[in-house]
Amino acid sequence: MNLIIEILISSFIIGAIYALGAAGLTIIFGVSGILNLAHGAIVVVASLVAWYCALQLHMGIYLGGLVGIAAAIGTTYVLYFTVVIPLSRSRQLASEELPVFLFVSTLLFALILQGILEWFFGATPVSTPAMIEGVIHIDGVTVPLNSLLIGVVAWAVIGALWLFISHTRMGKAMLAASMSPKGLAIVGYDIGRIHFLVWGLYGLLAGIAGVLLASFIGASSNVAINLTATSFTIVVLGGLGNVLGSLAAAYILGFLGTVTAFLISPSLREVPGLLLLIVVLYARPQGLFGRH
Amino acid sequence: MTRTWFDWKTGVVVLAFAATACLPWFVSGYWLGVLTISSYVAVYAMAWDLLFGYGGEVNFGPTFLIGLGAYGAGMCNTYLGWPVWVCIPVGTLAAVIGGLALVGPALRLKGPYFGLVTLVAVLLLSQVINMFAGYTGGEIGLALMDILTISSTGNFYYAFGLMTLTALVLRILVRSPLGLILEASGQDSTATEALGFSVTKFKILAFVVSAFFSGLAGAMTVFYFGTASPGTVVAVAVTIQIIIATIIGGRRSIIGSILGAVFLIVAGEFLRPVGQLSSTLVAVLALIVLVFAPNGFISVFGARRERKA
Repeated sequence: MNLIIEILISSFIIGAIYALGAAGLTIIFGVSGILNLAHGAIVVVASLVAWYCALQLHMGIYLGGLVGIAAAIGTTYVLYFTVVIPLSRSRQLASEELPVFLFVSTLLFALILQGILEWFFGATPVSTPAMIEGVIHIDGVTVPLNSLLIGVVAWAVIGALWLFISHTRMGKAMLAASMSPKGLAIVGYDIGRIHFLVWGLYGLLAGIAGVLLASFIGASSNVAINLTATSFTIVVLGGLGNVLGSLAAAYILGFLGTVTAFLISPSLREVPGLLLLIVVLYARPQGLFGRH
Repeated sequence: MTRTWFDWKTGVVVLAFAATACLPWFVSGYWLGVLTISSYVAVYAMAWDLLFGYGGEVNFGPTFLIGLGAYGAGMCNTYLGWPVWVCIPVGTLAAVIGGLALVGPALRLKGPYFGLVTLVAVLLLSQVINMFAGYTGGEIGLALMDILTISSTGNFYYAFGLMTLTALVLRILVRSPLGLILEASGQDSTATEALGFSVTKFKILAFVVSAFFSGLAGAMTVFYFGTASPGTVVAVAVTIQIIIATIIGGRRSIIGSILGAVFLIVAGEFLRPVGQLSSTLVAVLALIVLVFAPNGFISVFGARRERKA
């Protein structure tokens, strides 16, 4: 019984962090059609910078976390201005080849980031200090308050994202950009500006996910590629561009991974997700909750 | 588009191959080793480019094919004690069968989905290797009983010979009607289908050819190193190396893949003193080439240029 509660709580939190990371990725895909393979590396940038500022520079977890998030947004814009924009405007590429080149160049960007992070921070996994101290007991299981807070923060951010997209003018414009960029341009929106803002929003979400991840299970430069793989699995399972699908898929994956980690072996955490992904891709390539 | 069998560019390439074949009389064993590895990477890159440059499909799982070839051959040698020249064909066959099993269903998926399935295939293969570490040697690798030869000149000729053979076969293939249809399906699959060609059939064929050479090179690589380890034949880093080599050399060009592979490995050797950051520097270089000169080195030599539609 305790084991079940432990698994449920753990998968609730990890699912929330996964969902947060994947939401940004799926929004970027929806609006600009780019599959960003540098995702995991950007998340880890936030984790490591937050850790460095909080512990090495003694800024405390809150300020350190904010710096980490800012670093993720900054890195995202470096990617946007040095890779995405020049490639999209390149005259040497046929337009059908563009997605492939973006795919490969974001992977290279991830590799570079990972190299720099490893050089700067080393490859040892780090954890940021807890945001709040103390534990509570849920039916005999001891849960750190910090873990619960992480889950709550992740869900609050997802809720705020939903409010932003469905209730503000800018959010609605972003949603519209993913449905019909031409239509949006015709009614007078500047598509370039919307792309700029969407990348910023993506960096923000990836940054928050990174800081929470560092606080919950820790992070290191080596986990970047695995984080990318997990986020992709989620985004593809949920249907590319479908935010709600991503949320559901994040929970399915978080639950499967946690059950495997608890019952079989923590090193096999990713295997059931990968198997599920292969089955879904063959049987239903548009994802579990895809539109078409 | 006229395609001749022999012009001055081909002459230069043939001369360069002949000159490279004479290198063992002039350079040290160390550089022969570097060129041996370059040759194997060049084979990986050429095989990958057949799908990417010509077939228009991004295969993120070249190391799935290479790894199957490598471990197929390696395990035959270690556990069955078969001689090297039996193990290599067995490994190659394993890669072709594995490739067919992967590509048949995967080609139903378009664009990014195909890439993702192939990437997942690699991640699963490395998990399987780790799960059965007792048989595969896990992260440390599987020690083989035999190697190709202990002579660095001999090893160089095996690798260089394989590279030359691969280049010749692929050149004949891509210049044949088959290659034209493959290239057409890569560039505009709808139009190719409309002309009555089965795009899927040609892509499966390309994948099988790619799997054959990847598996063969993978099997020979492990008999060069004497071990089969995930770091050298399965890791995503190897895939990235193959992709970088192909793109900075010039995609849709056999010589481009070879140039890219040699450049990548030799540059890596020169950057070795930089230490930890050397692979990052290579990646930066590759990203710059990719973003600002996406047609690679070969476009400098006036090969066919792409025009934006």
